[in-house]
This record gives sequence, structure tokens and C-alpha cells, in this order.
Amino acid sequence: MAGPPISSAASAAGEDRAGTGRSAESAPESADALLLRVGRERDRRAFVALFHLFAPRLKAFLCRGSLDAGLAEEIIQEVMVVVWRKAGSFDPARASAATWIYTIARNRRIDRLRQERRPEIDPDDPALVPEPEDAADFALMREDDRTRLHQAIDQLPPDQSDLLRMAYFEDKPHSAIAAERQLPLGTVKSRLRLALVRLRTLLGDEA
Amino acid sequence: MTPSHHPVRDLLLAYAAGTLPEAAGLAVATHLALCPLCRAEVRRLEALGGTLLEQETTAPVSDGLLDAILAQIEEPAPLSLPLLGPKPRASAGSPALPEPLRSYVGGDLDGVQWKPVVRGLDEAPVRVGGAAAADAATGGTRVRLMRVRSGVAMPRHTHHGTEMTLVLAGGFSDQTGHYLRGDFTLTDTSVDHQPTADPDGDCICLAVTDAPLRLTGPLGRLLNPFVRF
Ligand SMILES: [Zn+2]
Repeated sequence: MAGPPISSAASAAGEDRAGTGRSAESAPESADALLLRVGRERDRRAFVALFHLFAPRLKAFLCRGSLDAGLAEEIIQEVMVVVWRKAGSFDPARASAATWIYTIARNRRIDRLRQERRPEIDPDDPALVPEPEDAADFALMREDDRTRLHQAIDQLPPDQSDLLRMAYFEDKPHSAIAAERQLPLGTVKSRLRLALVRLRTLLGDEA
Repeated sequence: MTPSHHPVRDLLLAYAAGTLPEAAGLAVATHLALCPLCRAEVRRLEALGGTLLEQETTAPVSDGLLDAILAQIEEPAPLSLPLLGPKPRASAGSPALPEPLRSYVGGDLDGVQWKPVVRGLDEAPVRVGGAAAADAATGGTRVRLMRVRSGVAMPRHTHHGTEMTLVLAGGFSDQTGHYLRGDFTLTDTSVDHQPTADPDGDCICLAVTDAPLRLTGPLGRLLNPFVRF
């Protein structure tokens, strides 16, 4: 279903792309800076650069599910319009640009595919129980954590990273993943759990 | 105070990945409002999603896509009407029902219209995902608030499917432990349990069931044909 990962897509992408087409190693820093510029200066050039960085990856991501290319591009359009309009609320201390855009794409996909809402907390709700000040468990991801997360995912055994990608990128419950991979549901759940435990170990027990 | 019983990792992962159905997502998100620990975990799982997106292969997009987007951002943003109308005002002080549950219920606990089920047990359906979902007749997922009077033991029952329970007020105990505000349990078919509300006040829970419960005690067998809860 996924379009061929052609390198011409990368070359058409134009400016400041160090990407190899497989992995945007240089993305975290530059994407954060671009998104900040969009938010603060309404910088269209930065927005276009973000488009070239993320649209082809969003397309591959969305097409992993059984989404046709046309619908995938409609969702990408919605995502990028939200990116433009909400860029002012992006806070790199809370999440990377990739994570921020990932959550927008996830929510648009839910909206379009299932016509459901995604229940979410309201950060300003007086009933919200706040984070304790001191606990390390609540620390936000730092820049070097992100780099280590990249490396940790690369080190996962293929059967675990495969299921992890399916769990994130296909709009399917774990039971459907089990059916598709012809694995017992318990196996899918335990492999996902293993993947998360292994990531945590590779991250050097970041919590 | 933070909860001591949390959703299993699978549920948090599915919530972060956006694959959890709305009803289950409501129970998880309402737990998140009461649990900074799980909020931090969901943020980490979202960061994992973002990293997977960065590492994603690239697929070519149509030539016209960028132009279509650039044209659309020139237009003024449409007024977005909130789906559920204005947020219900909380009564004085901190509301008993956190968001997102408060909006789904349409107000705080004091406005809930309870319907008696059996002696000591009341419930109120919560509408999720359109009209049909909260309808008992569908036999699908049901979302409701339950109020168990203090000290009352629920009829013994097992579950055909799974039941998620989030404590909102008071507390209850069963064979697996003691549950207070913010605590989350996921029970499946294997568990035959008899929750008992704490003696010091009513216990109010959000319950999400994906199949009707089956009562197992002698009284339960008698009630089964009549009670759907
Ligand atoms: Zn928790």
C-alpha cells in the first residue's frame, strides 16, 4: 500500500534536507526551529520546509493503514493547516516538533476514519491532579533523550519494531494486528510489552 | 494524592497511538486527569510515536498538495464550534468529575440524574460517540456512572467481556484490592468478583463494559433475566 520510498521525493523536497530518505536524523533540532519560526514569525519559508520534511513521512505513515493515497493526502492537508494555525502553541520544552505533529496526525486520522472524538484532559481543569514538583518520573524528554530514543528503536529486534510500528501507524486494535500477523493476541501483547521494556532499558532507565 | 491502580501499559500505548475506541479512551483520559504518573507515561509513548514518524520512510506526495495547503492557509480560519457546546461550569471548588468526563456527562456530579437498578445501586448512562453507544439494547459497549451506597456489596458477577472501572468518589474493595478516587481496574471474563463499597460514603465509578455482565451468586441467577448492568 505504501508508495515506493523514492529518492526523488527527497530531492524534490528541496532545502535543508540532510535526510537520506530512510531516517531524518537531523530532523529533531531543525524541525523544532522551523516550527518555532512558523509560530513566532508566521514564516512561510519555514512552513514550506516543514511540509517537505513531514508530508512524505506522514504519507508513508498514513498509507501503512489501509488508507488510499487520496484520503491520506486530504489528512496531510488538514494536518499541515492545523500546524500553520496552531504553531504558536508549540512548546519545544514539552514535545519535539515531530511528536507535536505526530499527535495532530493521530487525531486527524481518528476524526476521519472513525468519526470519533479522542477524549483528552483539559490542562486548565481545576480537577486535574498536578505533577509533583520533585519527582524525576515527570521529567520531560531532553534533546539527548530523543537521540537515544532514535538509536534504541534501531536496536530493537525486527519482530518487535515491526509490531511497534503497526501498533502506532495502523488504525487497528491489537487483536486485529494479531489476526493479520497470524499470531496469538497474547504474543502480540507480550512482544509490544517487551519492545517497551527493551526501549526503557536501552534508554538507560530514563524514568 | 495519586492513584495506586493504573491502566495496563497496553491501554496507555493504544491511547497514545490513537487506536483505543472512544469509550475506553474516556476512561483512560479521565484517569490521566487524576494521575500525573500515567500522564508522563503517555507523553513518553507519544514521543515514541513522534520518533517513529521521524524514522518513517518517505512516500511521494502529489505535485499540487503543497499549493492546495498554501492556498488554504491564506483563508481565514473557520470558526470552530465546540462539539459539546460550552464547557459545563463546575460547582464551587474543585469539581468531582474531571475533564474530559465532565463534558461527556454535561456537568458535575450534583447534576447527574440517577436511575435505581437494585437496592443500593443507581446508574446513569453516559453518551459516547453518538446516540447508539449508550443504548443498552445494542449489546455493545456501555458507558455509565454507577453509585453504590456506602457499605453495600454489589451482586457477585462475572464478565462476558471486559469492564473498565474508574473510581470517582468514595472507594470499594474486592478480592483484588482496595480502590479509591482515580484508581483504575480492568476486569475480564476470568474474574468472579463482588465489590463492596467502603462504609464511609457512597462509591461513584465510571464503568465501561463491552458486554453485559452476568450475575453469578444465587441471588444473581435469580436477577439475571431482569437486570442489565
Ligand atoms: Zn495512573
